[in-house]
Amino acid sequence: MRFLASLNPQTLRILALLLVLALVVLFFSTQINNYLNGRLFNRISSSVAIMALIATAQTLVILTRNIDLSVGSVVGFTAFATGSMIASFPNLHPLLLVSYSMLIGACFGAFNGFFVAYARVPAIIVTLATLALFRSLLVEFADGRSITSSQLPQWLTSFPNTRLLEIGQFQFRASFVVAVIVVITVHIALQKLRAARKLYAIGSNPEAAAMAGINQKATVFIAFVCAGALAGLAGFMFLARFGNITVVAGLGFELKSVAAAVVGGVNIFGGSGTVLGALIGAVLVDLIETSLVRWPLVSEFWREAVLGALILTAVALDAIVMRRLIALRAAKHHEKREKEIGTEPVVEARDG
Amino acid sequence: MAERSALSTMWARVQTWEGFLVCALIFIVLMNTALSPQFMTLTNQINLFQLSIEKIIVALVMTFVIINAEIDLSVGSMIGLAACAFGFLFQAGVDPVLAIGIVLVIGALGGALNGVFIAYVGLPSLVVTLATLIGFRGLARVLVEDRGITDFPEWFDALGQKGLVGPIPFALIAFFVLFAVLWVVLQRSGFGRQTYVIGTNREVAAFAGIDTARHKLILFTGSGLVSAFAGLLYAARVGAVRGDVALGFELDIITMVLLGGVSIFGGSGTMLGTLLAILIVLNLRNGMALLNITGHIQTGVIGILLIASVLLPRLNLGKWLGSPASREPSA
Repeated sequence: MRFLASLNPQTLRILALLLVLALVVLFFSTQINNYLNGRLFNRISSSVAIMALIATAQTLVILTRNIDLSVGSVVGFTAFATGSMIASFPNLHPLLLVSYSMLIGACFGAFNGFFVAYARVPAIIVTLATLALFRSLLVEFADGRSITSSQLPQWLTSFPNTRLLEIGQFQFRASFVVAVIVVITVHIALQKLRAARKLYAIGSNPEAAAMAGINQKATVFIAFVCAGALAGLAGFMFLARFGNITVVAGLGFELKSVAAAVVGGVNIFGGSGTVLGALIGAVLVDLIETSLVRWPLVSEFWREAVLGALILTAVALDAIVMRRLIALRAAKHHEKREKEIGTEPVVEARDG
Repeated sequence: MAERSALSTMWARVQTWEGFLVCALIFIVLMNTALSPQFMTLTNQINLFQLSIEKIIVALVMTFVIINAEIDLSVGSMIGLAACAFGFLFQAGVDPVLAIGIVLVIGALGGALNGVFIAYVGLPSLVVTLATLIGFRGLARVLVEDRGITDFPEWFDALGQKGLVGPIPFALIAFFVLFAVLWVVLQRSGFGRQTYVIGTNREVAAFAGIDTARHKLILFTGSGLVSAFAGLLYAARVGAVRGDVALGFELDIITMVLLGGVSIFGGSGTMLGTLLAILIVLNLRNGMALLNITGHIQTGVIGILLIASVLLPRLNLGKWLGSPASREPSA
């Protein structure tokens, strides 16, 4: 208990998530024949790549005490627009195409960010509206057409499954590697960069952040733009993975991304959480979903019901355990201070 | 002089958010009437309500939930679960009347589950109801798997499809009765006043001796119960249920409530505002449908309206459109 209390809550959270992940894998390996092998890793890693990016985007916004419900529509629109682009100009350089996707996403993010940061409309209202708005733009843009994989160049459709590295049975496919690189880059930026730390400052205490001279509007705006760009990148990956894109692409991703972030320990009220946590959250959700389909004991229809129960349990446990740990840390801190002072314990109202 | 003061009273009314909504509604109705001869027929007017009955019924309780500074994302899934549970029970040979009772109990229990986690465990409602959004939908799928269930008793289908009083169907009457009851509860009762106080500041409400946890538990239980009722209405109206009943309804419902001037931060809003917003959304969608504008575009227009509803009072047109202050309850 002492050791646990000495750890940073965020590190602790990630350790706890990894433990849960291990337990889930262990549990299913006793239930499903031939479960624990390289194919499981390959399967989960390629299916989680898109959600990892969207969960990262969502985390950036949630950290600032906002929410982005429009990510699913942004992913859908970008996937479609990118598909039409490459279908019209098949010789376009891959990097240009990726930039195009991210630019579209960033524009949508800027639209959200403008209304949230500068017009001060609550994010839940703005993104609820743009969830519908961006989707109807897609319907207009698509005009009854859909993208099929035959319209796409070979390099694009084969990209997600390209094996970059193979260790025994474990294949590190391009989509997963890209997603992990993005997540780690964002993680390091959030931990080390002064500019990125502003997201935490604003999320944990907007008034104090303003007093410390942080430009709240600009920071929130940039968070939305970055989230949009990441969603755009996810749209690109979505196109590459599925090839066939209709106007319903990305439908429902918004709630899944919030779920992944929240399971990963990102505080829905802003100010705390890591994108690494969100990545593990996305993996956990995906792992449970995929494994339940293969679990012979329950029908595949149980998948969502069990998933909902698990999210609720995870979040409730997390809240209870974290509350205890924070109290424990506070008590320890208090004890230490008492020893330092070496006099009568000073009882401060806010510690109790 | 007297005439003038009457005019200025009227002007003062128009300045509130509700007044603005009334003007918008009149404008939309006039436009629709001018654009389409079918619009003002009784069949079309009844149809307009009938087709969205589940959403508008749930929007009434959602008004309470959002004024209380909470949110319930699980309503769409609860509508689906209730409809599927009815189908399941009916197919299992349970007497339909008993099945209706069981479904309502399931709704209340589901809502109470949300309530316990929110009020007593202290989790944010956004997270809890997001989890039950997934969970309830899953249970609905477990119950009906990939079948569709049809062939409900004739009287049950008739309740949703035929007129009960003349051409007016049961669901529409239920909607107005529920509206009247909830209007009294919110605007004229102690429970309603507590809803505003807790929504404005939960700590202050607790200091004032209000059992905020119990209040929230009751609220979410009510939300589940009404959603289950809406699910039964769906089963009766369509005469068939599937696992994806009411998928994505939560966003439409919340949009209606927010458009009605209920603040997402809690503490302000009125039942009348929600009713007017419901009428605006229904008439707008209906008008667009009569002009052959597709569903996704309709939703997009509603989306623009939603942002506008928050922006307009801010743009310091406030002087004549109603400032945010005037959006607070008059009671």
